[in-house]
Amino acid sequence: MSVGITIKNALKKFNENVIIPNLSLKVRDGEFFTLLGPSGCGKTTLLRMIAGFNSIEGGDFYFNDKRVNDLEPAKRNIGMVFQNYAIFPHYTVRKNVEFGLRNRNINSQEIKDKTDRFLKLMKIDQLADRKPDRMSGGQQQRVALARALVIEPDVLLMDEPLSNLDAKLRVEMRSTIRSIQKQVGITTVYVTHDQEEAMAISDRIGVMKEGVLQQISDPKSIYQRPINQFVATFIGRSNILEGEVQVESGQAYLVVGNKGRIPINTIEQKNMENQKVIVSARPEEILLCKDDTGILQGIVKECIFLGLNTHYVVELETGDLVEMTQESTIEDILSNGTKVSVTFNAEKINLFGKKDGINIMQGVCNDICIS
Amino acid sequence: MKKNRLEIWTFVTIGLLFLFFIFLIYPMFGILKQSVISEAGKFTLNEFAKFFSSSYYTGTIINSFKVTVAVTVVTLILGIPLAYFYSFYHLKGAKFLFVTSVLCGMSAPFIGAYSWIMLLGRSGVITKALAAVGIKIGSIYGFGGILFVQAFKLFPLVFIYMVGAFKNIDNSLLEAAESMGCRGIQRFFKIVISLTMPTVLAAGLLVFMRAFADFGTPLLIGEGYRTFPVEIYVQYLGENGTNHSFAAAISVIAILVTAVVFFAQKKATDRYKFSLNALHPVEKKQAKGLKGALMYLYSYGLVLLAYAPNVYIIYLSFRNCDKSVFKPGFSLGNYRAAMNKLLVRSTQNTLFLGVFTLAVIILISVLIAYLVVRRNNFANNLIDTLSMLPYIMPGSVIGIAMVIAFSKKPLVLIGTIWIMIISLVIRRMPYTIRSATATLMQIQPSIEEAALSLGSSKIKTFFKITVPMMTNGIVSGAILSWVAIVTELSSAIILYNNKTITLTMSAYVAISRGNYGIAAAFSAVLTVLTMCSLLIYLRISKSEDIKI
Repeated sequence: MSVGITIKNALKKFNENVIIPNLSLKVRDGEFFTLLGPSGCGKTTLLRMIAGFNSIEGGDFYFNDKRVNDLEPAKRNIGMVFQNYAIFPHYTVRKNVEFGLRNRNINSQEIKDKTDRFLKLMKIDQLADRKPDRMSGGQQQRVALARALVIEPDVLLMDEPLSNLDAKLRVEMRSTIRSIQKQVGITTVYVTHDQEEAMAISDRIGVMKEGVLQQISDPKSIYQRPINQFVATFIGRSNILEGEVQVESGQAYLVVGNKGRIPINTIEQKNMENQKVIVSARPEEILLCKDDTGILQGIVKECIFLGLNTHYVVELETGDLVEMTQESTIEDILSNGTKVSVTFNAEKINLFGKKDGINIMQGVCNDICIS
Repeated sequence: MKKNRLEIWTFVTIGLLFLFFIFLIYPMFGILKQSVISEAGKFTLNEFAKFFSSSYYTGTIINSFKVTVAVTVVTLILGIPLAYFYSFYHLKGAKFLFVTSVLCGMSAPFIGAYSWIMLLGRSGVITKALAAVGIKIGSIYGFGGILFVQAFKLFPLVFIYMVGAFKNIDNSLLEAAESMGCRGIQRFFKIVISLTMPTVLAAGLLVFMRAFADFGTPLLIGEGYRTFPVEIYVQYLGENGTNHSFAAAISVIAILVTAVVFFAQKKATDRYKFSLNALHPVEKKQAKGLKGALMYLYSYGLVLLAYAPNVYIIYLSFRNCDKSVFKPGFSLGNYRAAMNKLLVRSTQNTLFLGVFTLAVIILISVLIAYLVVRRNNFANNLIDTLSMLPYIMPGSVIGIAMVIAFSKKPLVLIGTIWIMIISLVIRRMPYTIRSATATLMQIQPSIEEAALSLGSSKIKTFFKITVPMMTNGIVSGAILSWVAIVTELSSAIILYNNKTITLTMSAYVAISRGNYGIAAAFSAVLTVLTMCSLLIYLRISKSEDIKI
């Protein structure tokens, strides 16, 4: 049986050091939820509080309606997968997977059946009688996953499970994890610092910084409508520019630099006012014009042909360097020093109010519960 | 989880502190008290004044110090090249070299001295043979003799330590040095020795502590060259009147000396704080040409010479013997005589003592390692520090401390085998604790957390996951503890009696009474026993890894 996790006002301190000041979060029953953030942001700490390995200095943790603050990890019915796999080196693969079942009152036939099922599911049934020391990282992680899932835990907790694997295996394993999670239908909390991995695998992502959740949403809206500059730059790449919004008879315009301005139609109604803003434009959201019809003039500083796309670095008249990605054309690549102008894909770029740093566009989605 | 949840480990901490207080702090306090309280019950520094006012007494400490420093230097000079050849070259019979040198290090403390006296002493076989052709060799008694015997007995410690350290040198470091023009002898000192300096210092300290506290060798071969463990013994149990307070005072001074050396070594080691991890272990080269021949000569020469006394003792044990004179011909007469001198009881006691002590040491070491590594707090660090105290206490000092503490009510243990077990546990514990702690530090906590998350209780996780994973590290340390326990002399000589006599003690008693044939029989049994333990260990562990 899978559960929803509710965290209310969690507080974590190491001695006098506050790691997580006040964090609230709801993970829905059966969803794949990822905690994403730079290292040291407290995501692993939070995961270990859910697991029961870290003490909780304040707040309440619930699995459904059951408060688990004072429950030992052994009694929380969790499955945990660790970064370094944490396979018992003195046991065979089968004994590793059976370990959790043997801690419960289950007859040996049932233990064998369940173990076999998960060994098959993770495609490690041929390795069942091997000791783990000569196994590859990918194989070890499969054992770890089988071991965590075979006890049919309420919650699956994964702490950077793929970061010790090489790039190719990482991609392969993440789709394995994703499909197994859907098959079993278990509530999963997943910790990673790899934003691409988070996007590929999650139902929802919670982006954390310095112990504070910044935004919780599905991968698409996190990428397209980040709540603030931190999220915009942490998830994917974003060029940051200074700008101004001017509203004239109900129509908003974005002004950047001295000359040009473009109409913006996607500003949230309540934010329709003249204000200074931070412009966040992803490389594919800046468009290159070979003549001077764009709103900003610039000079090509660097161009790299990458096949599908061509990557440019352009120095704007404002002095900012921006990265932009254009679909490669059959014509010659622009050489360094070429004068160009640029404009923005007005529908896609994001504007953050200079005052509070919050996104002023429509469609920003944030599930953070403020309690 | 609540912060101050009482868990089972809290009780383990309290229990260990309690045991340490009774069996370590209380006896040490007792020895200190005896050294400064006069018979009238008043505070006095007379005993210390007596010690320092007479060059006769201060000389013992200075003598001990001089000979021990010499032994330490010589063992390093003997042991490091052997370890280097062993680790960097393919030597034929490498395993034989390793096992034999380990066996040298394991032989009972005085067998070497006794055997060399039989060979090179005043009426030694070699001495006489050489004298017959007109060659006179110098005396092997005194400073030179102690140095000679101890160096041959203790160089294996350096060898074992250094082999372990050389294993961690990454080949690419050597190649990098060579590519920058640093080769041969220069590379050996600048790279190989510098990289392993912490181990060189650790081995040096261990040799120092062993040699400084050695009682058997100077007693037999020292003659006029008086060292302090002998002096303590004489003052405590000697035939010419005893002075317990004075023995206690010498003990306190000895502890201070070893403590100073201990901290000096710590200080020196701090300068070399780096960790080595060999991704590409050194590839052994072939030993060829003249260089190769010299390597073989050195390695086999050293190891065989060092092991010779053990072989000679076994040979002597089968020779006919009348009291202290060996006669031509062979028989089992010495063994028959030894049977009448408690051979069976000695063997039984030795085995019981060894097994029981080792079991207690392993149990305590595992618990302490867990507390220190996984439950680091003030009380557990205190336990860790306390457990290292015996490292700087010479065996005879521990023996005296035990007598002072446990010969009167409420706890009378003197004369029982338990007091011998306790003193041996205290004496040998620091080594096993260190190896257990080091092993546990390398085990990721997440492996235990994985077990907890799978519903295993804390106790079950400890016994089913943590302990099995520590086994390798502990067993490799335990084999040397076992042998050290079995061959213990310096504390046992103060604590044994007729009921609790061990093989080592029986051999010693026979030597001191001039029953050389019987002594040879006891020593031979002891030698075979240690040899068998090592072979069984190598058989079971299937590795030649021995750590200290």
